Amino acid sequence: MKIHEYQGKEILRKYGVATPRGYPCFSVEEAVEAAQKLGGRAWVVKAQIHAGGRGKGGGVKIATSLAEVKRHAEAILGMQLKTHQTGPGGQKVRRLLVEEGADIRKELYLGMVVDRGTQRVVLMASSEGGVDIEAVAAQSPERIHRVTIDPVEGLIDRDAEEVARRIGIPQRALPQARDLLKGLYRAFDETDASLAEINPLIVTGDERVLALDAKMNFDDSALFRHPEIVALRDLDEEDPAEIEASRFDLSYISLDGDIGCLVNGAGLAMATMDIIKLYGGNPANFLDVGGGASTEKVTEAFKIMLKNPQLKAILVNIFGGIMRCDVIAEGVVAAARQVSLQVPLVVRLEGTNVEQGKKILAESGLPIITGANMADAAQKVVAAARAR
Amino acid sequence: MSILIDRNTRVMTQGITGKTGQFHTRMCKEYANGKHCYVAGVTPKKGGQSFEGIPIFETVREARDRTGASVSVIYVPPPYAAAAIDEAVDAGLDLVICITEGIPVRDMIRTRYRMRGKKTTLIGPNCPGVITPDEIKIGIMPGHIHKSGPVGVVSRSGTLTYEAVGQLMEQGLGQSTCVGIGGDPVNGMKHVDVLKLFNDDPRTEAVVMVGEIGGTNEEEAARWVKANMRKPVVGFIAGVTAPPGKRMGHAGAIISGGTGAAAEKLAVMEECGIKVTRNPAEMGKLLKSVLR
Repeated sequence: MKIHEYQGKEILRKYGVATPRGYPCFSVEEAVEAAQKLGGRAWVVKAQIHAGGRGKGGGVKIATSLAEVKRHAEAILGMQLKTHQTGPGGQKVRRLLVEEGADIRKELYLGMVVDRGTQRVVLMASSEGGVDIEAVAAQSPERIHRVTIDPVEGLIDRDAEEVARRIGIPQRALPQARDLLKGLYRAFDETDASLAEINPLIVTGDERVLALDAKMNFDDSALFRHPEIVALRDLDEEDPAEIEASRFDLSYISLDGDIGCLVNGAGLAMATMDIIKLYGGNPANFLDVGGGASTEKVTEAFKIMLKNPQLKAILVNIFGGIMRCDVIAEGVVAAARQVSLQVPLVVRLEGTNVEQGKKILAESGLPIITGANMADAAQKVVAAARAR
Repeated sequence: MSILIDRNTRVMTQGITGKTGQFHTRMCKEYANGKHCYVAGVTPKKGGQSFEGIPIFETVREARDRTGASVSVIYVPPPYAAAAIDEAVDAGLDLVICITEGIPVRDMIRTRYRMRGKKTTLIGPNCPGVITPDEIKIGIMPGHIHKSGPVGVVSRSGTLTYEAVGQLMEQGLGQSTCVGIGGDPVNGMKHVDVLKLFNDDPRTEAVVMVGEIGGTNEEEAARWVKANMRKPVVGFIAGVTAPPGKRMGHAGAIISGGTGAAAEKLAVMEECGIKVTRNPAEMGKLLKSVLR
């Protein structure tokens, strides 16, 4: 699960990570009031969307007067902000963060992720902040310092200080940086985060360290024990189709093609997308109906796919294990009737009770195209989509 | 011969009184030698009861001591599953197969940390389990699609593994053992660990390795194959069309920070002498083509 920058900063502040003062705002008036409350002579007006690259897209502006705060807030609120992470349509800005301006002497980078190789949390720190860290990793990997964190001891003083020194934090700020790093790890650990990133972390003119940005993602599997994190979810930032699917315990991801896929199992679902592409088609979605696909689930899955105006054909690919093919076939037939399906439907069944399943499809009277195997089904669905 | 499990393996089910635990224990008991293999169940506060003739114990240690079971399969719900693995490790079991999907990553980090230096091998979590066809099945895969034979299968996925098995069967090829290592980012055995066992198993003549996007597991396995493997390996990677930054169902199936893309994995595998196909419908044929 993702959250906004201002929410991430609220969490980090609780763990002793210093940030500029600021307020989230939902209107232009609130933005001006926030700037008045903050005082000073410079403010930053920041679009709050879940995607990165907001600055480059024109979603982050500096203001040196209240009138300018107002102008920027007017321009940014409601805009379709396009960044390299939003897709071509951009994301509508509904929230702002108005912060006091900061005196930036140096921009650094901090990130924390779960490293699969060591099976530990890893802190990554770099003297190159405020830029794309993947570019730094590619061009000058020696500028990224890594600390693998012991899950029992946590981030220890010595490691925190050492890494702070290596990325060029001045002597005077070292104790503060050490506490900030330790706080970042505690925040990561205690909230079951999957990613925490401060880019940039800055050193100010008076040698303090401040988190100028904050990005946090959380482990979906751990949300059951974090109602306080779940409360931060912003459904406006998520794909409506994906939200709808999650209500029915379906794992769905929108893609930009025109062939809908309904598959049991994540691996087979990916492979199904791949084989559609291989035969010249384009998958409209990833959809895993899971281990126990009832008629209701299959019907909902059909409805979600059919909301996509691009959709030209549907491929159902099921390898029945515990889930029997006859049950799935009944579900598919019932769903196709209920939604009065208007696009071609190709079904490939294999595994437990496959013969009964095929019989149910054949006797349904519906114009269902059957695929003998994965390759045959993929070729047929691609042809059906092309014909429309 | 086979790897990890055979007809003489004695198994306990942790979480035997839950719906999933009951259903799959019954199915496994009915498969091949299952009646003799499944000897114990564990559910706290239900010790002394039994499930279809299988005695239930309070703790893993007690189940081990009383029945001699040295392998466990876990169907415990996600909030308690990591603690169930810990208990099995502390009881000194040889092998723990964790089927449970949705265990928090932080719990698995701590569990893997506790396992350092212990003798227990972990498979999973979030996996279909392990089957040595016509001998024993531990997990949720459909037993009847398999038969005994010369091909080893290792995969991160469930149904895609069944697909691979189905294709092998079409070619008339049975399997020595099929191992589902699971789709989570922090887990037990990796592809490479399973390949090492297949390499030393006299019965296994060739291996199908099925991977997916996320992490660098398959690349590490491929490098090991190049240096050490004496048997042909064929491979497929799911997710060539997956967009970066999106989790494709499995918690571990995500392209992030510039690593984990299918194209890179396929390239490394090919460089290392693994025959790969980009067509998931051709895994069986490809394996057949490398068998002598």
